[in-house]
Amino acid sequence: MTHTPDTPVVDVRAATVAYDRTPVLTEVDLRVSAGEVVAILGPNGSGKSTLVKAILGLAPLVAGSVALFGATGAGIRRHRHRIGYVPQRLGAGSGVPATVGEVVAAGRLARRGLRPPRPADREAVARAIAAVGLTSRTYDPVSALSGGQQQRVLIARALAAEPDLLVLDEPTAGVDAASQDAFAKALQDFVSGGGTVLLVAHELGPLQPLVTRCVVIHSGRVAHDGAAPEPTGYHALPGHDHVHPHAPTDRAGIWGPGWDQ
Amino acid sequence: MEIFEFPFMQRALLGALITGLIAPALGIYLVQRRMALIGDGIGHIALTGVGLGLLTGSAPVLTAVVVAAVGAVAVELVRQRGRASGDIALALLFYGGISGGVFLVALSSGRTNANLTAYLFGSPLTTTGTDLVVMAVLGAFVLAVTLLLRPWLFAICHDEEYARVAGLPVRALNLLLAVTTAVTVTVAMRAVGLLLVSALMVVPVATAQLVTRGFRSTMYAAMAIGVLASALGVGIAGVYDTAPGATIILVAIAAFALLATGLGVRSWRRRHTATVT
Repeated sequence: MTHTPDTPVVDVRAATVAYDRTPVLTEVDLRVSAGEVVAILGPNGSGKSTLVKAILGLAPLVAGSVALFGATGAGIRRHRHRIGYVPQRLGAGSGVPATVGEVVAAGRLARRGLRPPRPADREAVARAIAAVGLTSRTYDPVSALSGGQQQRVLIARALAAEPDLLVLDEPTAGVDAASQDAFAKALQDFVSGGGTVLLVAHELGPLQPLVTRCVVIHSGRVAHDGAAPEPTGYHALPGHDHVHPHAPTDRAGIWGPGWDQ
Repeated sequence: MEIFEFPFMQRALLGALITGLIAPALGIYLVQRRMALIGDGIGHIALTGVGLGLLTGSAPVLTAVVVAAVGAVAVELVRQRGRASGDIALALLFYGGISGGVFLVALSSGRTNANLTAYLFGSPLTTTGTDLVVMAVLGAFVLAVTLLLRPWLFAICHDEEYARVAGLPVRALNLLLAVTTAVTVTVAMRAVGLLLVSALMVVPVATAQLVTRGFRSTMYAAMAIGVLASALGVGIAGVYDTAPGATIILVAIAAFALLATGLGVRSWRRRHTATVT
């Protein structure tokens, strides 16, 4: 199947994911068209991060299907370089120092394959670092950066492959205001260039104006799919801290930490 | 240093230099993955290969490479599963490997006068010309993999999930890294021995990253430190007649301790001057 402008960028149909036979996602449908900015919202443990992992091929489906750029199964491999993934934070594998430039250059490999770098590759890496405003930190070790700046490095890594689709997992969680603005600007530029965005969020913050559609996941099912819900009443008051005392936040799940935060 | 006029000392030095160059080049990936001690386990498994070689009358280096490579692939498969029981599986592999080796070497002791200690703690002074050729060829393989594939190996060791999403051949690279670890262990067997090989993979990297800022600079600095420690270690061992393998490792650890202390004192002084002025 080839990708035409009408083919959804992401097409999830009746996707069910289960860990040790307990369903985490049940028959979820999600279609994202080119140029959309879709936010996946939901409380902790709702399955929103699992949905993203299923779309990226990191969580196996028990039933249903995931198509990216019109391709399914092994066919997705040919489109891998068109997907930029921004995880919540850098994984555990960082025992050795690495510079901002080195980490972002790793993102370019998706497009480079196994060939040696060309000038165009180096330019793409430099552009990606500039897009998140970290050019002056290119040769600094990532560990010397603030949490928000490290998050920007991960965005630059995804942008370095010049993707058509950006998938972000809670990109602004615990990120300082300056970094949030830099983040929103980088995303704005990406969308203006015709990019498609799928992001998991707890709250939208400065990304709110960019979002064209919201999908709310609750208990592993789609509870809402449409316009961004306008905050009303008490929830809309400035300074309101959105806390659910009844939500199972930070409870140690049987999956251990990390699956659904 | 007239002791280096003896051909056996020259061969010992050359073998140690090859080991000192390649062990940190491979070790940096293990350290990055926070699996610094895996080289030690592969060394345990390689001993079974040594025993098999001695028992069947084939070259122990070659049987060690094959058995260590099979063991390293098994370790990689356990790691991919990522289960809590993986710990136990590794223990079974490592201790099965070392006791299998001791068992087989003892069985063969009637036929050969091979010394188990030589394989466990190294015996660079007995390096033959043939040994050197094998070490050079295997060493060239390790350098080719670790230097030429650095961007891809860096990517999978830095963030394996991301590398998978990006469509990199993660599984093939992981297996290649496992086999290269086994080859490195076997090359290092002559110079520092199977029980000390992991130290030469890890300690120079730990020393280098005290002062470096990036991955590439850490890699080159660690290789330089590995070569210097090996040369100095063999030199000290030649002059003072100490155990060469252990001397190399002690020199490497001393370098780490000196540098760490020096940096500690410097930062303490800076803070001290800052509060006084």
